Amino acid sequence: MKKIGLTLFLAGLALALGCGSGSKSEPYLIGGIFSITGPASYLGEPERNSMEMVAEEINAKGGINGHPLKLVIYDDEGDVTKARLHAEKLLQKDKALAIIGPSITPASMTVLEVTQKAKMPLISCAAAAGITAPAKDRFWTFKTAQTDEMAVARIYQYCQKHGIAKVAILTVSSAFGVAGKVQLLAQAPKFGMEVVGQEVFADKDTDMTPQLTKLRGTPAQAVICWGVGPAPALVAKNMKQLGFTIPLIQSHGAASKKFIELAAEAGEGIIMPAGKLVIYTQLSDSDPQKAVCREYAEKYKAKFKVAESSFGGYAYDAERMLNQVLAKAGNDQAKIRAELEGTKNFVGVSGVFNMSPEDHNGLTPEAFVMVKIHNGEFTLID
Amino acid sequence: MKNLVTDYWLLATGYWLLTLPILAPLLQYFISGLTNGAVYALIALGFGIIYNATTIINFAQGEMVMLGALCAISIYHLIPSLPIAFLGGVIIVSLVGLLFERLALRPVQDPAPITLIIITVGGAVFIKGVAMLIWGKEAYPLPAFSGDAPLHLGPATILPQNLWVLGLTVVLVLALEAFFRRTLVGKAMRATAYNPRAARLVGIAAGRMVQLSFGLSAALGAGAGILIAPLTLGVYDMGTMLGLKGFSAAIIGGLGSLLGGVLGGLLLGLAESFTSGLISSGYRDAVAFLLLLVVLFLRPQGLVGGRQ
Repeated sequence: MKKIGLTLFLAGLALALGCGSGSKSEPYLIGGIFSITGPASYLGEPERNSMEMVAEEINAKGGINGHPLKLVIYDDEGDVTKARLHAEKLLQKDKALAIIGPSITPASMTVLEVTQKAKMPLISCAAAAGITAPAKDRFWTFKTAQTDEMAVARIYQYCQKHGIAKVAILTVSSAFGVAGKVQLLAQAPKFGMEVVGQEVFADKDTDMTPQLTKLRGTPAQAVICWGVGPAPALVAKNMKQLGFTIPLIQSHGAASKKFIELAAEAGEGIIMPAGKLVIYTQLSDSDPQKAVCREYAEKYKAKFKVAESSFGGYAYDAERMLNQVLAKAGNDQAKIRAELEGTKNFVGVSGVFNMSPEDHNGLTPEAFVMVKIHNGEFTLID
Repeated sequence: MKNLVTDYWLLATGYWLLTLPILAPLLQYFISGLTNGAVYALIALGFGIIYNATTIINFAQGEMVMLGALCAISIYHLIPSLPIAFLGGVIIVSLVGLLFERLALRPVQDPAPITLIIITVGGAVFIKGVAMLIWGKEAYPLPAFSGDAPLHLGPATILPQNLWVLGLTVVLVLALEAFFRRTLVGKAMRATAYNPRAARLVGIAAGRMVQLSFGLSAALGAGAGILIAPLTLGVYDMGTMLGLKGFSAAIIGGLGSLLGGVLGGLLLGLAESFTSGLISSGYRDAVAFLLLLVVLFLRPQGLVGGRQ
């Protein structure tokens, strides 16, 4: 009696195990770390939404070669420590194949330490060039967001073209602003620019008239503001109040409809670099990004009932790129990394990606276009 | 004759001095400092009124400012009339203040001041959380009361909204002064503040007066919030810093005194603005707390001495 029971049990176990391993429906587990709540939630929320949207779409079509995509997304709340803890969790507990995110640079810098050591591919959605450079130290790290280096290059190119040689910079005190300031100062000599005034404001500041009053006294021909959220809009309003006649150039962090809404009349004439998503309707039909941007914008609006954002686009591109790679590499992390590195001509919302062993971002300054706000809308000017 | 000539030269020299690059920005800092100072003054008065009536500090005062701004913005979305949005915001937030006293503070069985103060802190966090659920984390604009066209005051520019803030603050302070000195309800509130038992003996409903003080403070806070929303936008977390700075202003000027609140607010606003402009903008938020510490060390009763 006992023997029969034991045999039956062992047989059942073998059957169960046999069904489990080697089955075609084993899911591909991809991790996500985004700043869904906290001060960077304007980045993390659309990124999380976009990643889930892509995964749902591909699962509805039967997954990747039959394997469903399983997402495990964590919220780092804009906190560097939490981001690192989530990365460890994804590595050890969830055993993710790859991670998309984090949303912000400081979190990305700490998470990549974990993923590099664990030989796990990471596709970050944050801005700093240092996330994928120097290439030899970032073997397993990629990113889909355009770098602040490119944004500054585009701005200075525009300034050169329009005879602006002296600029005053007003940067936010957060990591985004600090990184931007470094780029603005470092690249100025290359384009023949002179930075004649530098001021700083805090993320939550509501009155920048003291800083702007100081800058008004300099011989600047343009003011470059580097920040995100409501503060850059208040800078625009303050500049109008103080009667500035020189142009205001914003960073790509202001390239959203919310900025136009907040700045209202003060937004007229403001120039900034932006991903093509904000003006995709004005692109020529021969631009391969137009169709991709339109598809993303329409799907995102239909599903989430709010306007699409370029920030969500980073995660959208990352997940789609990863899906393409998973189809070829399966669940072999080394192969996934190699395929990511070999991605060529991938048309995304943020740009056309051409990865290489030296460049794990795959974008050029042409991923940005220069736009100007006119009559409450973004218009393409370059 | 000679006086006229001297006066003319003095005036001309003064105007010339003001246009010097060094002094020209000072006028700008002065204007922005006065504007922020007026807002801090209104918030400080709110702290003072409740302190007078109950000897506690209502740390939810800052959230009333935020609620006023956001409620006005929402009302404006439905009915695009600024006066209606202003009045509606003030009325709704006054009701919130009255309800807050009734539901969170009155039922407390052992009303030791420290208990009540901690309850107000909890109330502040609760209100902020509810605001985040209702309005989200975005910032919302409110149109300026009479347009955006800057006015020129010599080398400085002032917005019509700045004038609204200053003007309405003066009106509100004078109205408060009249209320407390001339009206029966105002005098009853002062009586309750001086001696609650004696007030009850002469037939004043002390509990009602306490509730009224909360409603009045909330109204003042809401007014402050709606006045600056066109300048600073309305966000769910704007109340925290404003409340703390308003509290500092109240202590600096003298907690409980009308003049103290106004002086403390204006002083704080100007100190912030000049520090930001002349030293470094990074120190802006620290000024309020630095001044608070200095006052607490050197003259704890505040500049005007406060209530006895």
